[in-house]
Amino acid sequence: MGHPAFSVSHREQVAPMSFVFYVLAAVTLAGALAAVLLKNTVHCALALTVAFAGLALLYLELDAQFAGFAQILVYIGAVAILIVFAILLTKGSETPKDGVYSKNWLAGLAIAAGVFAVLGWAVLESARVLPGSGGTPTAAPAVTVLQIGNALMGRYVLPLEIVALLLTAALIGAVIVAMHEKEETR
Amino acid sequence: MTPLTGYLLVAALLFSIGLGGALTRRNAILVLIGIELMLNAANLNLIAFWRYGPHPEALTGMMFAIFSIAVAAAEAAVGLGLVIQIHRHAHTTDLDQMNRMRG
Amino acid sequence: MTEALDQVFVLLSRWLVSFLPAGWRPAAGVALSVAAIVCLFPALFALTVLLERKGLGRMQNRIGPNRVGPLGILQPIADGIKSLTKEDIVPTSADGVVHFLAPVVLATAVFMGFAVLPMGRNMTLAKMDAGLLFYFAIGASTELSVFMAGWSSRNKYSLLGAMRAVAQMISYEVPLLMSSVAVVMIAGSLSLDRIVEAQNHYTWGLPHWYIFTPWGFAGFVLFAIAATAETNRSPFDLPEGESELVAGYFTEYSGFKFALFFLGEYLAMFSISGLGATLFLGGWSAPFSFLGWVPSWIWFFGKLLVSMCVFIWMRGTLPRLRQDQLMNFAWKFVLPLTMLNLMVAALWHFLGDGWARWAVCSAILAVSYVGMAWVGMRRMHFGARSYRYAE
Repeated sequence: MGHPAFSVSHREQVAPMSFVFYVLAAVTLAGALAAVLLKNTVHCALALTVAFAGLALLYLELDAQFAGFAQILVYIGAVAILIVFAILLTKGSETPKDGVYSKNWLAGLAIAAGVFAVLGWAVLESARVLPGSGGTPTAAPAVTVLQIGNALMGRYVLPLEIVALLLTAALIGAVIVAMHEKEETR
Repeated sequence: MTPLTGYLLVAALLFSIGLGGALTRRNAILVLIGIELMLNAANLNLIAFWRYGPHPEALTGMMFAIFSIAVAAAEAAVGLGLVIQIHRHAHTTDLDQMNRMRG
Repeated sequence: MTEALDQVFVLLSRWLVSFLPAGWRPAAGVALSVAAIVCLFPALFALTVLLERKGLGRMQNRIGPNRVGPLGILQPIADGIKSLTKEDIVPTSADGVVHFLAPVVLATAVFMGFAVLPMGRNMTLAKMDAGLLFYFAIGASTELSVFMAGWSSRNKYSLLGAMRAVAQMISYEVPLLMSSVAVVMIAGSLSLDRIVEAQNHYTWGLPHWYIFTPWGFAGFVLFAIAATAETNRSPFDLPEGESELVAGYFTEYSGFKFALFFLGEYLAMFSISGLGATLFLGGWSAPFSFLGWVPSWIWFFGKLLVSMCVFIWMRGTLPRLRQDQLMNFAWKFVLPLTMLNLMVAALWHFLGDGWARWAVCSAILAVSYVGMAWVGMRRMHFGARSYRYAE
């Protein structure tokens, strides 16, 4: 039986959680909670933007600068605006008369709580069974954009081309789906 | 509690908040917001494992997360286009009222 | 001596910071640079507002403001006092929190963009490996604040202006990025410092700025068009057109918040002019090698001010584009040409040094531009001007 994939030598200490992480996690979770709980749909979209920003800062904290900047550019700069436009085009900013939560909200809440319980138990159990895993402050990987570029053109060129095809299909598909149909003259 | 555990718990919480939102809200757009939160939680998981994993120089986690961001953006675009078209047809985005197969 | 003058701000900040204990020095250095940026660019904004009003006035055959101070020089101070002391009116049905946050988000995002611009030799606030990506990511956040401003006012004119502005900014974001990607491809780095250093060479006294190459010239023109549209400047200023939409998305703002929006708009212009100067005009490098003794920051700010003059000139000269003309222009003209520019830049790189690549690239670009213009203008019939009088 081999040693576990993550292992820490006895010399290295387990790094404590930093204050920045707690603040960013609090901001992200607050934004996410606000995004699903608020009544006004546009407020939900803006709270979602706060959650995205918190996540981008968490990626920067994890030394994944390219992913963090890509998150801001794509999610805040494009997806959030897309959501806001869709809300405005479907008159979502008017408050509905029957309330904002569906009839079966209790079942949904129970399922979400169940999923969190399972995931949380899995994380904490593995933290208990493999002590010290993931605590090693490995030297921050100095990832340059050059390395990412080389990886994209070398090892990951097939996913890159497939994603390009997917994005083109999504572009054309979204335009066709949302297009005004010509009035049929009868 | 190690940093990796912290990030994984945040991601799990984010995922369940997204799931709860997608299951309990009436407006179709809020369901899509829930889905975006779930995708973001998965991305956070990927980046956290990449950073605290054995081989961060292989860039696997970061690449996966970047592709996931791109695909999520495409999916959000198509999903919102569908919501707009449904609104044009049924004049509502309330999912509780769309409970028939016939339009 | 010229070396010291060139690095005067760096040496000054090091000297000021040396008074503090060693642990505080990095943070203090950064704080000093941030304070310098926060003080300098609003001062330049005041100067530009004056320049714009006088310049536009002269172009429209009138004298600009000339009451306050000799030749109206103190006009920005009067404007500032007016903006700060006006009553801050918020409509009752407006969404209070979002209405307050919109100008704050805009100002923050725009100030953050200045962090990666190399304003002189060794004068970049944050040397990042992916500096250009950071700049564009922050720029994309300004669109959200425009929407927040328009929506929170609960005013149909504001909302309409905001939606038009956001649609325009998104449409021109792609050509802006694509024309910059050609520069990144040739320079081989996303870091703005490396891009400036790649242009800092001279052949026979002439610089290697990217604007002096065929793809660079076309790219600069496309970048300038996209930059004008991104900052909602004439001729793309329909979202804030005074004659159409009252004041567009900042109709319901008065006093300090309006001043913040105005500041944000002009700072965005500075920042994107700075980026254009860095990418295409060589940043802080001098135009001729014998002028290298002039400090680098003078060249950078000179190029910035020349860009501002060109913006003001365009505002006074060109008529406003209609929304659908604007969007058509973006998607059907500018975007395909930026993609062609990318391919021509790649061709330039692979053809190697020599006159062949100049001929081939210039020919391809000239044919494509003239071809597209001819195709686009075929439907226009320009004849003698005819008048139709009311009967």
